[in-house]
Amino acid sequence: MIPRIYIPADSGALALGAEKVAKAIANELAERGIEAKIVRNGSRGAYFLEPMVEVATAEGRVAYGPVKPSDVKSLFDSGFLKGGHHKRWLGSPDKIPFLAKQTRLTFARCGINDPLSLDAYKSLGGLKGLQNAVAMAPADIVKQVTESGLRGRGGAGFPTGIKWKTVLDTADERKYIVCNADEGDSATFADRMIMEGDPFVLIEGMAIAGIATGATKGFVYIRSEYPHAVATMNKAVEIARKHGVLGVNVLGSPNAFDMEIRVGAGAYVCGEETSLLNSLEGKRGVVRAKPPLPAIQGLFGKPTVINNVISLASVPIIMDRGAAFYKDFGMGRSRGTIPIQIAGNVKQGGLFEAAFGMTLGEIVDDIAGGTATGRPVKAVQVGGPLGAYFPRALFDTPFDYEEFAKRDGLIGHAGITVFDDTADMLKQARFAMEFCAIESCGKCTPCRIGSTRGVETIDRLAAGIEPEKNLALVTDLCNTMKFGSLCALGGFTPYPVMSSITHFPEDFKPAPARVAAE
Amino acid sequence: MTMQPASTEIASRTAAIVQELKDLEGPLLPILHGIQEEFGHVPQEVLPVIADGLNLSRAEVHGVVTFYHDFRARPAGRHVLKLCQAEACQSMGSDAIAAKVKQLLGIDFHETTRDGSVTLEPVYCLGLCACSPSAMLDGEVIGRLDDEKLDEIVAEVRS
Repeated sequence: MIPRIYIPADSGALALGAEKVAKAIANELAERGIEAKIVRNGSRGAYFLEPMVEVATAEGRVAYGPVKPSDVKSLFDSGFLKGGHHKRWLGSPDKIPFLAKQTRLTFARCGINDPLSLDAYKSLGGLKGLQNAVAMAPADIVKQVTESGLRGRGGAGFPTGIKWKTVLDTADERKYIVCNADEGDSATFADRMIMEGDPFVLIEGMAIAGIATGATKGFVYIRSEYPHAVATMNKAVEIARKHGVLGVNVLGSPNAFDMEIRVGAGAYVCGEETSLLNSLEGKRGVVRAKPPLPAIQGLFGKPTVINNVISLASVPIIMDRGAAFYKDFGMGRSRGTIPIQIAGNVKQGGLFEAAFGMTLGEIVDDIAGGTATGRPVKAVQVGGPLGAYFPRALFDTPFDYEEFAKRDGLIGHAGITVFDDTADMLKQARFAMEFCAIESCGKCTPCRIGSTRGVETIDRLAAGIEPEKNLALVTDLCNTMKFGSLCALGGFTPYPVMSSITHFPEDFKPAPARVAAE
Repeated sequence: MTMQPASTEIASRTAAIVQELKDLEGPLLPILHGIQEEFGHVPQEVLPVIADGLNLSRAEVHGVVTFYHDFRARPAGRHVLKLCQAEACQSMGSDAIAAKVKQLLGIDFHETTRDGSVTLEPVYCLGLCACSPSAMLDGEVIGRLDDEKLDEIVAEVRS
């Protein structure tokens, strides 16, 4: 058997030098006259081990990582093609603690094989959900998704099945499925990973959504910062079309469904669903007032399902294994699994899919292994730039939509950024306002002007000018933005600002006192 | 520097892009991406051509072009270096990295070096948050930026 070597082509692995490693391995193979097949897989998400190279042996896969080009010669000398020992040896990838502790449902296949091999996809259970769906009545598919308890993984946490039911019940000759792949939140990369590592699962999920609601056309709106994801998705759609997964007869059924990949143009606010729809229509990405709901009047005024990548990519396993199977994971009203993205100043960063319910402390201390710098953790921002900063005192908060809300936080798209004790929370609060000012679509006043005034007021605080008065002003401004903004950009910017003020008041003391305290 | 194409040539190349893409549902963004790919930026001269092709007003097209950060009014340098400035990268010292790059290149964000070699831009997240701080050089992703990698990048864009 020709040896098989797996080298990830995921952006994260490429950013850490996977391409140079691949070249070094190809050169070494040529030099030694060894015949082997190099497979470019996605990433399994353990980025602290990337580039992670795997070889297929008689005893299964053996992983090595993080591999540097300079390791390649000695890897061959150690007989790595047969799983030989080496300082980068990690053993079976399934037994690497970071991966072994996970519950992989949505990401079950991600990073294992060539993402563009439909055969590999099918060999690991792919298309079973869609096969089941084409044999079912639309209302029954919607019922199954509703019963699974799946909620929107983009951040809002709205029940996916209810959205679908509204679209199914709204009669129209044209309906759309729109996938929100405008993953702009810092600390999040789950959408990117699945699009680069297992694109067919998203295509399958969208096709199921189409059949369930009577929509025949889908769009994936991918941010322009993800060129690799755009390229992989485009190729995957073509392959799916060629093999009858998409087209006029999905898997040979009478259902038609096809889709297009569209690319954003660098506007964060287009991750908001109504502004994304405007952008797809070729307009400025300005937020729309709701109602009407997109489910009733969405893209081009037609009934539209708009779901996040992970919501749609979680549907195939629900249709394959059933609502009860999926619902069995999780806690409270947060059912199933969530891909937690561990980012920033951490020892072990990456994607960790687990059932809802782990505490923030378990994630930061046990899974992430604390900070990369080795300094104490000061703050953890959960949910991206619009999420709250939590101090260690709140590390007992379980990962659950409602539990985070109770503590004035949100899980958002489940990205967490860890900061060590050198972080200046006034600076972070200022950045939240500044980011809102840069990215505001300009439609509503609290967001457009409030964010700029917020930056100015925090600057006055930093300069020690009338601190009490300015702190009260920021608090009042946050209140106005929270309740007076049209969408989550202006409405949620107060979360990072107010949580910084509430949990880290020492960072907001007037400048002379701050200097003295240091 | 290449010579700027004459405006009639811009108009005809634009008309071809519009013609190719106008039947898409919501064709304006794909057209603008196509134009930026063709010319390296979105020249003013294309606006009336697009407006005419899509039956929009020139003001509407202008409004869309200026809304999105990606579309450039002027050509960029030969290289484009984007430094991530979002929270995950901040937690790993992206501020210091940005200050160093600005000093090495002698320019601020949104500026191009005088020799036209490189344009420096901030970006808010490249999805490489588990390998911060990160950057993108001409579409190539770079993670865990440090002084050594920065020197390599600067040498590359200057060569």
